[in-house]
Amino acid sequence: MLKKISNIGDCGISCDFGDEVSKKTNREVIKLFNFIMDSIKSKKLKGILNSTPSYNKLIINFDLAKVKSKELIEFIKSNDYSKTILSEKNKNVEIPICYDEEFALDIKRLENKTKLSFKEIVEKHLKTNFFVYMIGFVPGHPFMGDLGKELEIDRLETPRVKLPKGSVGVVEKFCNIYSFESPGGWNIIGKTPFDLFDINKKDPSKLLPGDTVKFKSISKKEFLTFKNE
Amino acid sequence: MSSYFKILRPGINSTFQDLGRFQLQHLGVAPSGCMDKFLFSISNKLVGNNSSEGALEFAYQGPLLELVGESALVAVSGRINFNITKKNGDLIKGKPNESFLIQDGDKIDILSTIDSAYGYLSVAGGFKLKEVNGSISTLVRARIGPKDGDKLKIGEKIFLNDISSSGVKNKIKLHFEKNNTIRVIKGLQFNYFSNKSREVFFSKEYKVTRLTDRMGMRLEGEKLENIVSTNIKSEGIIKGSVQIPGDGQPIILLSDHPTIGGYPKIANIITADYDKLVQKIPGSKIKFKMVDLTIAESAFRQYVRKF
Repeated sequence: MLKKISNIGDCGISCDFGDEVSKKTNREVIKLFNFIMDSIKSKKLKGILNSTPSYNKLIINFDLAKVKSKELIEFIKSNDYSKTILSEKNKNVEIPICYDEEFALDIKRLENKTKLSFKEIVEKHLKTNFFVYMIGFVPGHPFMGDLGKELEIDRLETPRVKLPKGSVGVVEKFCNIYSFESPGGWNIIGKTPFDLFDINKKDPSKLLPGDTVKFKSISKKEFLTFKNE
Repeated sequence: MSSYFKILRPGINSTFQDLGRFQLQHLGVAPSGCMDKFLFSISNKLVGNNSSEGALEFAYQGPLLELVGESALVAVSGRINFNITKKNGDLIKGKPNESFLIQDGDKIDILSTIDSAYGYLSVAGGFKLKEVNGSISTLVRARIGPKDGDKLKIGEKIFLNDISSSGVKNKIKLHFEKNNTIRVIKGLQFNYFSNKSREVFFSKEYKVTRLTDRMGMRLEGEKLENIVSTNIKSEGIIKGSVQIPGDGQPIILLSDHPTIGGYPKIANIITADYDKLVQKIPGSKIKFKMVDLTIAESAFRQYVRKF
């Protein structure tokens, strides 16, 4: 439930749904996000520049020349967005992943920390229905969850300076995909050839906050011959 | 054939910018856009363009460009030291904030910004660039924007839009504020900081360091003590947020900011003072002053009156 709305500077507001990081909380955030996007489309709301959902907050940035935080807060409070149905907006996506040792850079660390064999780790990873909490950091980069307790491990003590694009990482109960080559401190479990982001497409990001993801294991040969549409 | 600028020297950080690319932050795309909105609008105004037309933004040392083709009406805005070299070799001292005509073979040499970071070059009719999601703004980090989202490169040709008449010369007298006070509103995690640190933040000067670019401005000064947690759950970022990481030194997030971040924010720069802030060069000292939303909104009304 929406707990608190506060202004951020003079051109933003924060809609805070409480401290818990869970799908339940995040679904509420995404409902409000979808409602804001719909209200922009139907021109009920003007001057909104960006609307950014995260685990437990929706941060809205607006053009001060067109709308003021007081008006925006009143608009949100006076509308019932709880009826927004998520399944209409969100989809299930299957993402190919190759767990070959060439790509799974942290096999040893994962095995040592979880006390499981890599085969068992992979099985559990493949079985997980991931929920996309948010997208950000770099374009198209998803933060997904939740991994089972037995797979939860900390981030690397020293982050890597460069991780190849497509690397799939795990930290605590979360799983991510490095959509661009970037530095990173997550434990790398595999790699996907699937392009998550292309600014020239009508829908630049393959994933949206609120989508669900399941991984599908592919061989190294399939990885190397994979073609993005 | 349409006219173009040939890039003989790209400058340190020259990119095409307009007012920014929006409605994509939830997908990880920062808004980008011009750093100093006022100077950006002035350079467009001087050549008779729409105030949102894309311009060439440069920082510190700007580009050296040669016009090839029809004559063009050009303006350079900011506190800028630049020259125009005519085709016959004559050197003319450039006048910023005043539009001027150049002919085929003339060169514009933007030597430096003076006691400021950013300046803009506009041409009547605008540059012929491919919009990406409704904007020509360049986000170099994610390679999003025209010219493959990259900075200006040597040898490139930048084509100009064809226009029927090149417009009339114009001149605007600008007054550049010298004071170093930046007004802020309390941030979402203001209460994470000790009483003493809150006092320090609003009374001591902070120095702009060299670790400053379009993404953020790192400051150096008295360490700010966090009494709750130096990490928060990652949340959406708005430009002008002043975040305090574990080392207690402020970082102000600017136009190319990360889309989400996990450091507590002590304050947010008010919109009316953002242009003034981004023009501060490394070594300058700034001082924060707390205001409330009412004052920030009335300062904004005054700010837009300048345009």
